[in-house]
Amino acid sequence: MTTADKKPLDRQTMCSRLAMEFEDGWIANLGAGMPTLCSNYDFKDKDIIYQSENGLIGYGPLAKEGEEHPNLVNAGVQYVTLRPGSAIVNHADSFTVIRGGYVNVTVLGSYEVAENGDFANWKTSGRKGGGIGGAMDLAVGAQRVWIAMEHVTRDGKPRLLKRCALPVTAVGVVQRVVTDLGLFDVTPEGFLMREIAPGYTPEEVQAVTEARLIISPDLKPLQVT
Amino acid sequence: MKNKVFNSFDEAVADIPDGASIMVGGFGPPGLPQNLLGALIRQGATDLTIITNRGDQTNAKANTGHLVELRRVKKVYCAFSASPHPSQASVFEELTESGEMEAELMPQGTLVERMRAAASGIGAFYTQASVGTELAIDKETRVIDGKTYVLEFPLHADYAFIRADTSDTFGNLQYDLTQRNFNPVMAMAAKTTLVEIEGEIIEVGGMDPNNVHTPGIFVDRVIKIPPAPEGLWTLPSDRNS
Repeated sequence: MTTADKKPLDRQTMCSRLAMEFEDGWIANLGAGMPTLCSNYDFKDKDIIYQSENGLIGYGPLAKEGEEHPNLVNAGVQYVTLRPGSAIVNHADSFTVIRGGYVNVTVLGSYEVAENGDFANWKTSGRKGGGIGGAMDLAVGAQRVWIAMEHVTRDGKPRLLKRCALPVTAVGVVQRVVTDLGLFDVTPEGFLMREIAPGYTPEEVQAVTEARLIISPDLKPLQVT
Repeated sequence: MKNKVFNSFDEAVADIPDGASIMVGGFGPPGLPQNLLGALIRQGATDLTIITNRGDQTNAKANTGHLVELRRVKKVYCAFSASPHPSQASVFEELTESGEMEAELMPQGTLVERMRAAASGIGAFYTQASVGTELAIDKETRVIDGKTYVLEFPLHADYAFIRADTSDTFGNLQYDLTQRNFNPVMAMAAKTTLVEIEGEIIEVGGMDPNNVHTPGIFVDRVIKIPPAPEGLWTLPSDRNS
């Protein structure tokens, strides 16, 4: 393989890789920012029901410019559309969907994920305030908590850690992480690397990872199908 | 039935005293009571406690962030108290960092459930959200069926400011799409609920009881939003302003 083939995965590929594992009929909550890209994946005949904190159940694609409805936004305050069969509830009922365990999967962004399944995505260091939104509710309520994030910070520091350095969002809940370097499951023994960005070696990924990686015997190049 | 229609926003907020606690509805532009907030800014009440999803924003013509910038707020209960990047720090964040204003941050589901508890006469409740985080450090926890929960108490308020689509003169309300969000819960939780109406205020008897979203017994004052420029509206085309 030539070096030209070796580059980190783009964000759409990362999110599509997670979306590939969504099952027909799942209720999915996508965090603001990168995770919303999961909905661009071609689910073919799989029906995915998108749920949003502000009470939207079963919304459709983003509204086209000029066709936005002033009272129809998702949790990222993007103007969206409705699909046939959608429903709107108040905020308390919306968090019943989240806390009651009805969400099959949530995909969230994060600053850090630890090998024990803790993650930190609401507060950066040295600041009093933060932004929690629905993340702590989703983290404890959703059936599956999956994270999509870059493998290292802008300064090149690892984000897959032994223990979170930043204040955690929830304890021991993350099951799967996709980064621009691979796909990882959180197991009782630590991070299991199942797939790797094409062109990289496990040693190269380990070099930018604080936690010890367990390399799957079936390690494959990460591909979207 | 009592007619709860007020003819102006200034008249509707005239009696709100210094030190009042106010729930402010809305999630993004939908359901945001901009006209009530605008009138309160003109009215001058200060030393306020605000309960709202996020208190730092000024991305509407009148928002909680404007009251904060005017130093008229002493405490905010919210789910967002800082932008993701320090480079985007708001006045809200400067005031909380300096200790001039207090912000109590909590998960959004806890925020709405605390209001629902206040509305429903529930003394406290246990939730898993925030267990193991720094928010739960001084809170009572309990293990139920092997899972750890944290104890949370109700959030009451003197007033709720909300926006709805249609009202009758008694205050039975209907919301349009995601305008609903926190608003029905806040209407039930606050002692006095003020509602700005985007659509029509109709006669009692004109609304199908099957389709009442918030019963008028929880509503005290309804005001029709006048056309722009007098009335404050947010349109999708304002998104970058």
